[in-house]
This record gives sequence, structure tokens and C-alpha cells, in this order.
Amino acid sequence: MTYSLFRSLIVAMSLFMPLVSASYAVAEPVRKDAMVVEAPWARASIGTSRPSAAYLTIHNEGTSGDVLIGIQTSVAGKADVHTMTMTDGVARMGVAGAVEIPAGNKVELKPGGMHIMLMKLAQPLEKGKSFSMTLRFEKAGNITLTVPVLGIGATGPGE
Amino acid sequence: MTPSFQKVLSLVGGTVAAIVLVLFLGWWQVDGPGAPTKDVPTNKLPLPIDQMNFTLTADDGRRIVPADWIGQPLLVFFGFTYCPDVCPTALTEITDWLDGLGQESERINVAFITVDPERDTFQAMSAYVENFHPAITGYTGSPSDIADVARGLRAKYEKVVTGQTYTMDHTAGIFVYDAQGMFVTVIDIHEPKTTAVQKIKRAL
Repeated sequence: MTYSLFRSLIVAMSLFMPLVSASYAVAEPVRKDAMVVEAPWARASIGTSRPSAAYLTIHNEGTSGDVLIGIQTSVAGKADVHTMTMTDGVARMGVAGAVEIPAGNKVELKPGGMHIMLMKLAQPLEKGKSFSMTLRFEKAGNITLTVPVLGIGATGPGE
Repeated sequence: MTPSFQKVLSLVGGTVAAIVLVLFLGWWQVDGPGAPTKDVPTNKLPLPIDQMNFTLTADDGRRIVPADWIGQPLLVFFGFTYCPDVCPTALTEITDWLDGLGQESERINVAFITVDPERDTFQAMSAYVENFHPAITGYTGSPSDIADVARGLRAKYEKVVTGQTYTMDHTAGIFVYDAQGMFVTVIDIHEPKTTAVQKIKRAL
């Protein structure tokens, strides 16, 4: 009697555990051939007039280089990779254009550095929600991800 | 040699000598030993607050002058609300540093000044800063108000047109002032939290 109660409790717990952890966990990496896209996330936006930013890590596990040539998402009319450089303490943003992903290397897009700028938002990006985004690579083709939206003050995935 | 030729010669000689002397004096003062020492750091340091001259509009619509920033330690950061990466990152870092200081942070004011007054009304600044630490106040003003305060802090900013829209390049360091309004140091947003907190403590 006690044992079965215990067992059902365990079963119940194991059923709920994935739900609990999933809401805090970093998004699963998405793989296509040798290209792996890890830990995508975006910053919540203030309405739709101001741009937002998305971040992720691209890992090319293959033996030949590839190039990220475009980004598409239904939430933004325009999505480009931007660079952030500091010269004499002055922050400058610029369009990165195509981004080389050398063989065996990781390219990290993170706050205060390279980022995907999401412009002309079709809807506000609300914390706790997620959206779909497709990265287009020259060789690996399209990789579609689910990007969780974190708070404006988030600094990394899983927050 | 005729006396008149001698006169011409001495006139020419005198003129050449005068030109050489002027050139020499010019070189001495500009590039030579008489030149002022270049890159005197005090010329580039942000001014003490009481030597600045500006008015700004706080995010509650109140107009403020430099004297309003004296009496409490102050952190100053320039940015704009259409900035998707550096500005939220910096304000998040500042929030984290203040949390790291615990109770001591209650004495600190933080000024987030827009370099994009065209788009950033005081209401927009208010809506933006409420996402971060409560010690952070947003400031805007007329373009000349912003130019005045940036001059005092030796901060730079520039509008960069990209297609139909524009972005702003801007000084992204965080200026640290003590309660007397004296400049203490600058924190780079990429500095580790421990270093940043140590620097802020120097102003407390």
C-alpha cells in the first residue's frame, strides 16, 4: 500500500520534472549535418518600434568552412547580424554581412558583441514566449530554431 | 660693389633672416621644444560636475542642473532606447553591480542619458529604465542639452544613417563620480563584476 503510494508519487514527480526543468533549461541544440546551433535566445522588446536582439552559438563540427548568409523570422521584417566594436571607448554597430563559420570553430553571438538585430518587429517580443527563426547557410542550407524570449535584462540563455 | 647694390643685398639678407627667424619660432612653439605637451590627460578627463553647464529633463519630466547630481555618488552612462545590444547589456551590468554592493548601493544615483533626443522623450526613457535597477534615472533634453552634458563628460556620439533608419555610435564607458561631484574613474562594460564593484567602492 505504502509502496504503491510511493511509486505513484515517483511517477507523478517524474512526469512533472521535465516540465519544470524545461521552463528554465537552455534550448536544445539544433543540428544539421556538421552544423550545430546552440543556446538561442532573444531579448524582450519594448513594443514594436524599437529593435531587439537575438543571440546564439554556431558550431561548425565539419571539416570545411561554411557561411551564414541570411536570417529569416516572421516576428521581424528585417534580421541581420550586427557587429559591435569599441574604438576609444565609443561603441559602434555595423552590419556584419555574411558571417564565416570556419571548419571546427564556434562563432558566438553574445551581449556586447556580435548579435542578430531584429528590426521592424511584427509583434512585441514578450518574455516567456518563443518564436521561430531560420538561419540560412551557404552549404548546410536552412536550420530552423525555436528562440525563447528572455527579459530585457537577461545576459545569457537559460535566465 | 656699388653702395646701392650693398643696400639691396643687406635688405634681402635681412628679409631672409627675418623669415628664417619666424619659421624657427613657429617650429619651436608648435613642434619644437616650446610646444605644449601633447595628450595632457587632465584636458581629456571628464569635468567635475560643478564645472559643467547643462540642463536635462529627467524621466519624470523634472528639469535638472548639475548641482542636482552632487551629494550622492553617481554613475553616468550614455545610450539610447533604440539600442538593442550595448545599452540593455550595460544597464543590466549596472543593475548587477548595484545588487552586488547591497545596502551601500542605496546611496548611488545612476544617470542613463540618451544620445538620441529626437526619438527618446522623457516618457520613453521612463518606460525603458523601469526594466532595470530602481536607482537608474533616464534623462533626455534638447539636442543642445545633450551636447552640453556630453561636452562636460568628454563623451562622444554620432548619428549613423543606415537605410531608412539610423543608429547612434556613442561612448559606452560608465563614468563614476563621488558624492562631491569629482570624477573617479570609468568602467568598461566588458569588465568583470568584481573589478567594477571595486571601482564603484572608490567613489563611496
